[in-house]
Amino acid sequence: MTAQTETKPAGLTASRSPLTYKRENLWQDAFRRLLRNRAAVIGGVIVILLALVAIFANLIAIMPYDKQTLPDQNKVPLYMGKLFPSMIPYMKVSDKYPLGADYVGRDIFSRIVYGSRISLSIAIIGPLISLFVGVIYGSISGYFGGRVDNLMMRFVDVLYAFPGLLFIILLMAFFRSSFADPEPGTLRFALSQLDAKMGGMLFIIIGIGLTAWETMARVTRGQVLSVREKEFIEAAHALGISDNRIMFRHILPNIIGPLVVIETLAIPGYIALEAFLSFIGLGINPPTPSWGAMIADGARSIRTYPNQAIFPALALAITMFAFNFLGDGLRDALEPRLRGNQ
Amino acid sequence: MGRYITRRLIALIMVLLVVSAITFVLEHAVPGGPFDREKPLPPEIKANLERRYHLDEPYWKQYARFLNDVMIPHLTTQPPDGSIESDYLINVHIGPLYFLWMNFGPTISSKTRTVNDIFRQQLPVSFQLGIMAMMVAILLGIPLGILAALKQNTMFDYMGMGLAIIGVSIPVIVLGPLMVWIFGVELKLLPPSGWGATPPYRLGFLPQSFGWEYFKYAIMPAIVLGLGSSAVIARLTRATLLQVVREDYIRTARSKGLEERLVITRHALKNSLIPVVTVLGPMFAALVTGTFVTELIFGIPGMGRYFVTSITNRDYPVIMGTVLLYAFFLVVANLVVDILYAYLDPRIRYD
Repeated sequence: MTAQTETKPAGLTASRSPLTYKRENLWQDAFRRLLRNRAAVIGGVIVILLALVAIFANLIAIMPYDKQTLPDQNKVPLYMGKLFPSMIPYMKVSDKYPLGADYVGRDIFSRIVYGSRISLSIAIIGPLISLFVGVIYGSISGYFGGRVDNLMMRFVDVLYAFPGLLFIILLMAFFRSSFADPEPGTLRFALSQLDAKMGGMLFIIIGIGLTAWETMARVTRGQVLSVREKEFIEAAHALGISDNRIMFRHILPNIIGPLVVIETLAIPGYIALEAFLSFIGLGINPPTPSWGAMIADGARSIRTYPNQAIFPALALAITMFAFNFLGDGLRDALEPRLRGNQ
Repeated sequence: MGRYITRRLIALIMVLLVVSAITFVLEHAVPGGPFDREKPLPPEIKANLERRYHLDEPYWKQYARFLNDVMIPHLTTQPPDGSIESDYLINVHIGPLYFLWMNFGPTISSKTRTVNDIFRQQLPVSFQLGIMAMMVAILLGIPLGILAALKQNTMFDYMGMGLAIIGVSIPVIVLGPLMVWIFGVELKLLPPSGWGATPPYRLGFLPQSFGWEYFKYAIMPAIVLGLGSSAVIARLTRATLLQVVREDYIRTARSKGLEERLVITRHALKNSLIPVVTVLGPMFAALVTGTFVTELIFGIPGMGRYFVTSITNRDYPVIMGTVLLYAFFLVVANLVVDILYAYLDPRIRYD
């Protein structure tokens, strides 16, 4: 017997025994799987690069985003003639602007660089608000169930039928109204001032917050409902643990995976919403550059100076690609079951 | 089923009532009225105008007036007098009786138009655009999804799903100007803006003729609007088809020697399209109501711009009309999907 134990095959040595596997939690495991997904890695690298551009925008940009040089309006560098041959007959050449100058002579490259700040802050703040409000709302609804659940979910149903865009436009009309300037000292005045200081970001964020949490609340509720009936929750109840603690220590960690995935996949939507609002003139206040507003400005002269719309459009599209690839990879790594539903 | 539908219809009316109440409160909470200008009007004129549109009445009376005009059907022997005050969307003449319903009232920003005029003249355009975008989404999305699923993990699959990611990643405001520039300006293949149909419309929403003259205006906007949805459909089709072909009854069909083509078309596809059908409803509502930017980019005279201008102009009847219309589209689409779901999947019972 002893001889047998000593000569056991090399494959069964201690290093291979299940007990001594390197311990990995869910997130480490998911991260390893994420790194194997080439598209997701590319997306992640682009997102990191964009973050660097946004952080160091003042070093990368070659001139201030709001510096107007009227004599230089619509000037383009020489190579634009090769890209857009139709421009050759009337183009005014200047090598000062790598991607050309816009209709008031501002450098498009620098404005795109600064514009990344807006899009990326939306990409960070949007999910945070949506997670914060939606998860709290959804878990209360799902955890308590019964009449509370019914009432809370009917409210979400009504909001669902309400066009989200209307909320946002009304919000802008309420706070940025031109006829009735708010008096100092009121909440409206304080918020309008803060909004103006943030270049118009505040109400976009509030607008996203008002409309984006509903889906999150529904998903959270569904997840909570499915976890609530599990034995370990019953055990926690039996041990007399408080509702709060059960919710935050036992239920939430078990449902956070799908929530993170859904939120990551929603990021391109938030970026597009900001660009869309700025495009229709209800978003970022000029002269703060937003890609959406730049596309809107450029679209007006797309027949003569296509470069003014196409470069910000490319920046927006690349950012959305990157987030989509990253979100897809995260989903496959973390919650493969969600595949196809999102 | 009948009871279920009745219950849902009652819920639908309740939702619309709540939406109208929220809209009413919000629009009156926003400072400024339709007659506030940079240079204020003389107070007498403003008071007269407000009386003309019943804006001088207390709020509860204004809301009651709205409910009476829009929500409650009227049955009278008197024909409507044809003024812009009594323009009913539903105006049926049965014998000596007139059945009148849904008078959204005159618009404030125009002296001669009513909200119902906007519905009759602009809504069909958005509706046509929405339908065509939907067709683009289906005709592109479903075949792409099937191809990707049947050739899973091959070049087709990767290319198809890559295309789908491109589809969801390019927003309308990027794709629109890009297409205008390429096909409208550089290649001069398609008109960069405009719409090929004008009122009156056949059956209230169809153009008078379906020729190249009509479609050449619609091709670009329909593709721009439908591409994102086609990507969603493609991914969903692929995922469900992959799930279905692993089911036992597919193995049965194969093992009894059925031709592979028939296994896919007759057995697998039919069941895998159920979830796809159910997303089409909300998607259609989103496409019809989401035409706003596409209309802006392509200069299409649709509903979309009223949605924004009505709010900035404080044109209360138009705000109410557009919001209720959009809400109606959304709730009806969801109802249709739920009913369709029970019909397509007999395991589901609503009672």
